[in-house]
Amino acid sequence: MTTRTLILKLEKVRTGYGRKPVLEDVNFSVYLHDFIGIVGPNGSGKTTLLKVILGLLPPWRGKIRYFRGGNEVDRFSMGYMPQLTRVDPDFPITVADIVRSGLMSRGGNQPGDSAVQRVMERMGIADLRRRPLGELSGGQRQRVFLARAIVSSPPLLLLDEPDTYVDRDFGREFYETLTELNRDMAILMVSHDLGMIASQVKSIACVNGSLYHHESSEITQELMDSYRCPIDLITHGRVPHRVLKSHQNENP
Amino acid sequence: MIELFQYRYFVHGVLAAVLVSVSCGFIGTYIVSRRIVFITGGISHAAFGGVGIAYFFGLNPLAGAAFFAVISAVVLESMGQRIQVREDSLIGMLWSFGMAVGVLFVFLTPGYAANLMTFLFGDILTVSGFDLGLMAGLAVLVCMVFMWRFHRILYLAFDPEFARTRNVPVSGIQSLMMVLTALTVVVNIRVVGIVLVLALMTVPPATANLLVKDFRSMIPLAVLFSLTATLGGLAASHMLNVPSGATIVFTSLLVFLFVRVIVVLFRRKQRRP
Repeated sequence: MTTRTLILKLEKVRTGYGRKPVLEDVNFSVYLHDFIGIVGPNGSGKTTLLKVILGLLPPWRGKIRYFRGGNEVDRFSMGYMPQLTRVDPDFPITVADIVRSGLMSRGGNQPGDSAVQRVMERMGIADLRRRPLGELSGGQRQRVFLARAIVSSPPLLLLDEPDTYVDRDFGREFYETLTELNRDMAILMVSHDLGMIASQVKSIACVNGSLYHHESSEITQELMDSYRCPIDLITHGRVPHRVLKSHQNENP
Repeated sequence: MIELFQYRYFVHGVLAAVLVSVSCGFIGTYIVSRRIVFITGGISHAAFGGVGIAYFFGLNPLAGAAFFAVISAVVLESMGQRIQVREDSLIGMLWSFGMAVGVLFVFLTPGYAANLMTFLFGDILTVSGFDLGLMAGLAVLVCMVFMWRFHRILYLAFDPEFARTRNVPVSGIQSLMMVLTALTVVVNIRVVGIVLVLALMTVPPATANLLVKDFRSMIPLAVLFSLTATLGGLAASHMLNVPSGATIVFTSLLVFLFVRVIVVLFRRKQRRP
């Protein structure tokens, strides 16, 4: 095995909202080219984990350390694709503007029309550049927000349930794109699609108040029991072949 | 109609219409896009508190209105989440607090507050040279801020959380925009009054939004529709001899309805084989 380059390290992180802690004692390392699926029940702190990594939420205790080229840095550019339901779909903004907003930075906007054009072509949305957000389909919207997340070529991409409201056919294409992107950047992805998690990601982190990182994408009953993680799924290799129980909060 | 331009008050009215349309077109597009129309309602009514206090102490009412408007805008922008009061409740409180303060101080002021009605319902024909100077200053300021930071204003309005992940300071621009909104409200009070200011800041951008779904293109159209409303309302007010604040609001709504009908008819025609 080649030596892996550490890019992100959470040490004993505790955080939450108001006075209520959501995550406690989280230790977590992310390496270059990692593709980690984040699973856990609703309200377990999956989105909170992304937010504390992104700097949207300060850690109450513990430390978040960022590394670039082996050296510790203050922070690096991160690509973030939020849950699509969080964005106002009727906001008067065009596809090109949304993608370009992924380049904004503290000192003003980098001149990056060529980067915007390149990423829109890569995502197959170049024809939509003048279209307003409100006229896009679910799949198109997903590609636009992924484009915004990666236009700055970040070393780390964070996706919060990117697969909600997207049909299965397009979903497959989307995951292939992610696998391709994974050659250039580490990916952390919150998802409910367990089949996809098992077949696409390289490892799984289970969040349930704290975090348990399992260094392979194989989920076993024993593992989940020992980690008190209420997701019951057994997979071997690339395709899940046995699903024991559905999510607690979903219909069977 | 031409001979009207010999009258200074009419020339002032036309100039006010143009200047107010510029600031309304820009700021109105911003508040309509961000869905914070009711924050603006809260700010305009809170401003009445400042009018009342200024009356009582014999100060310039517009300065009092500006002070109250800016304070309430900053309170709404920054406090909402911190003190854990739901935003619409906070708007309601500021709204009624301002009105209550205004009513109280106007009552306490000896004598009859003759032009109080002007502040509640506006009068574009009583705009003074000083008022015009304020309007021009605001119009220039708003244009400059938009030219200086257009993309940032747009991106922060669309998705402030994403902007924070890009390490962009959000609260600076957001507060600046709220202050500009408050000042636009106050300047508009001269033209259509506290009660009707909401119309001039929302109907023209909403009309523009019927035709285009892009922030950038909405602004010039909103300026145009605002100009139509203010000039049309001014003319109607003169011809019918009724208060201009009301005719301006009616004109803006008529334009909205007209554009809406055109858009519906056009779509229906397109759908036909």
